Amino acid sequence: MENRRKKVLVIGVIGADVHAVGNKILYHAFTDAGFEVINLGVMVSQEEYIAAAIESDADAIVVSSLYGQGELDCRGMREKCEEAGLKGIPLVVGGNIVIGKQRFEDVEQRFRAMGFDRVFPPGTAPETTIAALRELLHMDGEAV
Amino acid sequence: MSAVLLIDFGSTYTKLTAVDVETERLLGTASAYTTVTTDINEGLEAARRRLEEEIGHRHFDACYACSSAAGGLRMVTSGLVPELTGEAARLASLGAGAKVVGVYAFELTEDDLEEIAAAQPDIFLLVGGTDGGNTACILHNAQMLSRLRPAFPIVVAGNRTAARQCQRLLAGWEVYLCPNVMPKFGVLHIEPTQKQIREIFLSRIIQAKGLSRAQSLLSDILMPTPSAVLQAVELLAQGCEGEEGIGELVAVDVGGATTDVYSVADGMPQEMNTVYKGLPEPYAKRTVEGDIGMRYSVQGIVEAAGLSRVGALSGLTPQRVEQLTAQLRQYPDCVPAGDGELEQLDFALASCAVEEAVRRHAGTISETYTMMGRTFVQEGKNLTGVRQIVVTGGSLIHTGRTAEIAARALYDPAHPESLRPKTAEIWVDQKYILAAMGLLASRYPQTALRIMKKELRHHGYSE
Repeated sequence: MENRRKKVLVIGVIGADVHAVGNKILYHAFTDAGFEVINLGVMVSQEEYIAAAIESDADAIVVSSLYGQGELDCRGMREKCEEAGLKGIPLVVGGNIVIGKQRFEDVEQRFRAMGFDRVFPPGTAPETTIAALRELLHMDGEAV
Repeated sequence: MSAVLLIDFGSTYTKLTAVDVETERLLGTASAYTTVTTDINEGLEAARRRLEEEIGHRHFDACYACSSAAGGLRMVTSGLVPELTGEAARLASLGAGAKVVGVYAFELTEDDLEEIAAAQPDIFLLVGGTDGGNTACILHNAQMLSRLRPAFPIVVAGNRTAARQCQRLLAGWEVYLCPNVMPKFGVLHIEPTQKQIREIFLSRIIQAKGLSRAQSLLSDILMPTPSAVLQAVELLAQGCEGEEGIGELVAVDVGGATTDVYSVADGMPQEMNTVYKGLPEPYAKRTVEGDIGMRYSVQGIVEAAGLSRVGALSGLTPQRVEQLTAQLRQYPDCVPAGDGELEQLDFALASCAVEEAVRRHAGTISETYTMMGRTFVQEGKNLTGVRQIVVTGGSLIHTGRTAEIAARALYDPAHPESLRPKTAEIWVDQKYILAAMGLLASRYPQTALRIMKKELRHHGYSE
């Protein structure tokens, strides 16, 4: 029989973005931290994240965007999740998610308004994201 | 010398192939009308008499059969997400030689149940969720199916967490538990399910279809005909111990009602700047086009290719094409037999059938521009590097223009998105032995392979 199920994350780089390195690093970091990681790789559409999350009963979706078009690519994702029956699934986004010099607080606010639960600026260490996921998924105190 | 008899109970013809396994020779072939509604043995005996006329009376040491009679193996599948476990279930069923008569995704509705009850499948394949993933959907669907009167076996091959509970929900049904067809996201694991499907076919469906009366004659191998053909082309491509195969291939079987396409090839992206999307497809993949056939499904060809294209290829006016195809639908056993007009039309129809069926089977590539430059997205199998094409079916065998028709399976510069073979050698199954060789391969792979290499007529090179 299976033991307590690992928390399942669906990760990938959204849109027409082919930055593959950070995606691989995150995959290894999350796996080492004890998550079950479904890595969709690069050029992932919103629908692909959602399909993978439904099939695997995922606990959270982690979206990366490195090419500055993140805001366009992420628009409507929360609504699509709701529509697909993934009610309230935690959505996390990070990377170079917007173009130009903008105050991160403003960027964060905009992504929060789009329904993302956590928003991370460029240069975030994987450990920070892992800590945030543990908090979001109420894993504090759990040995993973 | 040691002789083996191979039988293919087709929907129309019962075809026999006699083989000497010691000298590795084809002794002869014969066929007669299938008599599934009365006694299957009548057709079989008629074919045997014809075979004896050809090769004399002979004792056979073994006798193996495959069947697509009485509708073949009809299956209905249900999965969760259409492109994921839904597709995995469909691919598993097709590869097991089934005719998939219904595909469902997400939760089954009451309307779906009515359709399923009306479809009366031979086997139902119930899947959904990766291992440890979603259980709600498959449990709901098991619960829904349990409302029906138990009438067909159900193979459960979804999320392992839910397997036993599905079995309990379906108490009173014949339920078989198999490993998940998609245990992890994007990973297909369909072989155990296919094996189970073939076993059910052997033990249960053969009887239900009146084939058991012939069983006393048979040794033991029985499988759906498409499954035998898949086994043959796999062997032909990959070879076996002591005998080399011909390499990765595409095979096309243009029938009266359907067109089957097989590919035995890896098909993953060949360039660094190509990203693969969607479910990785099986190395040995089969697809069936139910709307593409030379007689019963002739309308589907015309709809897919367009009346003007069929007209252009045949040299007939669109009006004449319409008249003749209507005639073919009405009299499906009509063959050209020297009729010039019908020959031209059959050439055009077969060309369009091959083109359309292989296009649907092959993967596609599309171009996108990213910040990093030009990138390609591939979905499905890339068959451009495949160098062998095997063709079978009456319209390709009984014509002088086989290579021309087969060439329609190739890459078309006008449609660069369709990843079909760029250039290929054409092999023609002129004696209809593919299914028989697939059967023989279960026991005598080397012999089956050598006979195929000898008997398939090499029909030149096309590009």
